[in-house]
Amino acid sequence: MSTRLRWRKFVSHFMLTMTGVCAAIAVSVLFFILGYLVYHGGTSINWDFLTKLPTPVGEAGGGMANAIVGSAKLLFLASLLGVPFGFFGGIYLSEFSGGKIAFVVRYAADLLNGVPSIVIGIFAYSLVVLPFKHYSTVAGSFALGVMMIPITLRSTEDFLRAVPRDLREGAMALGASQWRTIVSVVVPAAYRGVITAILLALARVAGETAPLLFTAFGNRFGSPGWNQPTASLPVMIYTYAIAPYDDWHRQAWAAGLVLLGLILVINIAARAILARGIGVPRS
Amino acid sequence: MHASVRPVVSVNITPSVSTAPSREAQAPLCMRMNIAEMNFYYGSKQVLFDITMGIGASKVTAIIGPSGCGKSTLLRTLNRMHETVRTARLDGEILLDGQSIFAQDVTALRRRVGMVFQRPNPFPKSIFENVAYGLRINGTKIPLAEAVERSLRNAALWDEVKDQLHKSAFELSGGQQQRLCIARALAVEPEVLLLDEPCSALDPISTAKIEELLVELKALCTISIVTHNMQQAARVSDFTAFLLSGQLIEFSPTPQLFTKPADPRTEAYITGRFG
Repeated sequence: MSTRLRWRKFVSHFMLTMTGVCAAIAVSVLFFILGYLVYHGGTSINWDFLTKLPTPVGEAGGGMANAIVGSAKLLFLASLLGVPFGFFGGIYLSEFSGGKIAFVVRYAADLLNGVPSIVIGIFAYSLVVLPFKHYSTVAGSFALGVMMIPITLRSTEDFLRAVPRDLREGAMALGASQWRTIVSVVVPAAYRGVITAILLALARVAGETAPLLFTAFGNRFGSPGWNQPTASLPVMIYTYAIAPYDDWHRQAWAAGLVLLGLILVINIAARAILARGIGVPRS
Repeated sequence: MHASVRPVVSVNITPSVSTAPSREAQAPLCMRMNIAEMNFYYGSKQVLFDITMGIGASKVTAIIGPSGCGKSTLLRTLNRMHETVRTARLDGEILLDGQSIFAQDVTALRRRVGMVFQRPNPFPKSIFENVAYGLRINGTKIPLAEAVERSLRNAALWDEVKDQLHKSAFELSGGQQQRLCIARALAVEPEVLLLDEPCSALDPISTAKIEELLVELKALCTISIVTHNMQQAARVSDFTAFLLSGQLIEFSPTPQLFTKPADPRTEAYITGRFG
């Protein structure tokens, strides 16, 4: 074997090993975080944590029922804002817009997607909190909803674009209007992808803390209705983790575990829907 | 170079529904559709040059020619499907029963002039819903089940699918899917049915079935078929138009075009010297 050939084999093996090691490190960091979270959170989580309100400072026990409900309400309201705008905007991009407008909207959406979430928080603060003069679920949901729009919009567009042109032409050749074609053929063919996109957008904003800090603010109590400050899991984690009490630290871990579980469930659901294939619904 | 030579047109294409005296020996022929001096462009590129021909009522008119000669484009202008392409531009006139197709609502036109595409394109719905689709969107008052059965029978598919109407259309074979698409087009009872290389994605047995079907469908509607398969054109059509580089070279009764082509280019093509 010539030196040259040996050198080439060495380089090949070296690179293979190196990329493998990098991949292993990347994955192990993830598993380390997961394991650490499950270890700490698992020992602190209990039925009280899920069902009870926080106790006054200094008193042990209590839970984060208000934050769990608060997060659920925030996500629900955020979807009401983010999903329709993202979905219909995505339809417009994929089906109606010409090259130039599409480029501008797409670019704006990508830019919005890249805006730091704290900036979205400031935006929501000045637009919703200041005029009404108090923090609220609505303000927090507005911030999260704004973040959902570009994600939903771009993925809706992508999934609709993937629907073959043949299908659209088939419908139009039968005398369907463009809108009718979209509603009755294009969207049904892409609905799994679109639902997946919405779920992933939801999972993405579920863990956002920064936009909630000065919009939903936080609350040690339950927050009935929509125009009161509300607790949420990410903000609760932040507040509890920087507090000087061991008991709060444990609860922060538990909250982290609950949040992770929530995001995991959403992700798995999204992937399960997508794995069943796009556009071939059984009827 | 373009339109310098007049095409050979040995069919009387008088644009009228009334039965104009025909040079055809048998029954007087009337034209359901007429294309007059039609030029077609994609952007600045001209694809069809000065096309003047007709689609005979209750006949099968084949459009043949080598790849890229514009035969699909020509077919797609007949129900204005070309309008789905932004850069498409057309001048000249196309008549359906003596009336301009551009003067009527495009959705109404497409209900009268149906289309079947190159690749089977069933909707992601059940077999039943595929056929019922056109009726539903047009808000018909005919009972759906009856109309669906009739269309599937007309497309020679009923016996194969009658027990699985509510299964997904994707579970059918390619040939069955294409016949489903024909049934779907027939359901709205079009006056003209356009077929754009309907067999190019199918195996020979499925192709034979569809060819048989076309001959029977003449009784129901007027048919125009684009094909790159000359034997197919010879087998199923009554009239054949030969297109080359966007120009109509010859438009004649099929037996005449294939046995006594008037233009040397037609002869060269049908004898397999190019294309």
